[in-house]
Amino acid sequence: MLLNDTIKLALSSLSSRRIRSFLTALGIAVGIASVVLLTSIGEGVHKFVLSEFTQFGTNLIAVAPGRATTTGISGAIISNVRPLSMDDALALERIPRVVAVAPFVQGNAPVEFGKRSRRSYIFGVGPEVPTVWQIKVAMGRFLPYDDPRAARAFAVLGSKLRDELLGSENPLGRRIRIGGERYRVIGVMESKGQMLGFDLDDAVYIPAARALAMFDRESLMEIDLLYAAGSSADKIAKKIKGLLIARHGAEDFTITTQEQMLDVLGSVLNILTLAVGALGGISLLVGGVGILTIMTIAVNERTAEIGLLRAIGARRRQILVLFLGEAVVLASMGGLAGLVIGAGGAWLVGVAVPALPTHTPWSYVLLAEILAAFIGLLAGVLPACHAANLDPIKALRAE
Amino acid sequence: MIYLAGVERIFQVGDEAVNALSNVNLTVDAGEYIAIMGPSGSGKSTLLNIIGLLDRPDRGVYRLEDVDTTDLTDDQQASVRRHKIGFVFQFFHLVPRLTAAENVELPLILAGVDPAERKSRVQAALSALGLSYRARHRPDQLSGGQRQRVAIARATIMQPNVILADEPTGNMDRNSGKDVIQSLEDLNEKGMALILVTHDPDLGSRAPRKIQMVDGKILEDTGVL
Repeated sequence: MLLNDTIKLALSSLSSRRIRSFLTALGIAVGIASVVLLTSIGEGVHKFVLSEFTQFGTNLIAVAPGRATTTGISGAIISNVRPLSMDDALALERIPRVVAVAPFVQGNAPVEFGKRSRRSYIFGVGPEVPTVWQIKVAMGRFLPYDDPRAARAFAVLGSKLRDELLGSENPLGRRIRIGGERYRVIGVMESKGQMLGFDLDDAVYIPAARALAMFDRESLMEIDLLYAAGSSADKIAKKIKGLLIARHGAEDFTITTQEQMLDVLGSVLNILTLAVGALGGISLLVGGVGILTIMTIAVNERTAEIGLLRAIGARRRQILVLFLGEAVVLASMGGLAGLVIGAGGAWLVGVAVPALPTHTPWSYVLLAEILAAFIGLLAGVLPACHAANLDPIKALRAE
Repeated sequence: MIYLAGVERIFQVGDEAVNALSNVNLTVDAGEYIAIMGPSGSGKSTLLNIIGLLDRPDRGVYRLEDVDTTDLTDDQQASVRRHKIGFVFQFFHLVPRLTAAENVELPLILAGVDPAERKSRVQAALSALGLSYRARHRPDQLSGGQRQRVAIARATIMQPNVILADEPTGNMDRNSGKDVIQSLEDLNEKGMALILVTHDPDLGSRAPRKIQMVDGKILEDTGVL
């Protein structure tokens, strides 16, 4: 029997029961559409989150106090044995191929100007921050290269804080109070927006040493290093490790390269995409059960026809192939419709809700269609085997 | 061509074993025309099914063209049915969603014959039975006689050696029945053996050789000399 004829016979029997075939295919279509739509959203979120994280550049290495075997926030923020000091930050600057170093300590304190007061993030940083974090200064200048241990009381405002506190007044040279101490505003940062709910614009940047004193801390929370493009992150991380072990006497710090972080993030996001895809898969499963049901009914209805085909010389295998073909054609057509609905839906979501990014990779589309055909095959096996194993004499008598 | 010796077929009905066929001996030569008659339950249809390789005897020998059919696998039997045997049934057994031409084409499709060749063969078969003008009609648009002639075209499209007809006129009026019998007899004249199972004594009397069956046994066979 030719493949062409198998498909034609399958189509003829499907089109003779149009409404039933349409409804069954619809089950698969809904399943495939939800898989495609959900994975599209998952992939879109994946891309979006990664771009959020790489907006600070990719050649970054972060050193945090305390030893954590996993990457992420170390428990040492609350209490650490050996502090990561400003001197450590200065020493790291001398490692070859390290372009810039930014010590970092963060806290929360009221910022006052005149009668206005606002609680904001206080970022205690070094003068290299605009280079390391890739943030631009919109007005004035950033913190100067003072003696890191005795920096002057200068402050640079985030754009939102400036709007809230000073309004349209020229902020440069104004005196503000941060945590009760007096500071002079020397610059305003460009708006950077939010990163994962962290409003970088509602913040004020002051010298790290002053922030340490203000929050009564011994240790920096983090030292960020920017290395020259083209260098190996691992090699530089190794040098940092060697240097700090020499200074501290033990490995009581954690080094996280941006590469590692993106890897971890990427794999987490992949699992997220997989999980939402699996949710869609449940509806696909239901669609598969629909095909199983309809094929079982079809075999029962067409018992006499099966008997006839056997009488005119059809082998068991040919009967099997005919019914399997029907199930696969049904599922593939449903799958195709589902692809159109799913991809179209993803596109619509992307247009209608720009905040919810979607992305439909073609490999997923192809995979979904193959999956649909495979589900048809799986759902068709049982009824088709039943059809092939019918006794031809009994089958002929069935009418 | 057909040789049956000591053929038995036993059906299990509940606890009881029923002999549908017992010790049937039958020889059919190529091109013969035989009518098998007898009351219902006499084993006519079972005999026809065994000759048509839809059923296997429990005991005995069945040779078709000197091939012992009891040794054949399921697939080999299907292939013999496809090439050497044509079935005509009382209830036509046409596929309702296919046109007359497509129904006739089915055995060729199963055999994997080239589509271009199929078309001309189907046309020839239909016109031989005077059905060319009905080729595109579905079974429900045809009369009983026309349906059975479509079924005959399908049974003969593979040029089998024998046609097995089980009550072919049992489901139609006398006139249509006559047409159908005429079509079958025409084919017999061209050399195909015809084995006809029927209740109807008038039909049976047309055949040169008559076999009477009762209770799974051959009571009378006019062909045995």
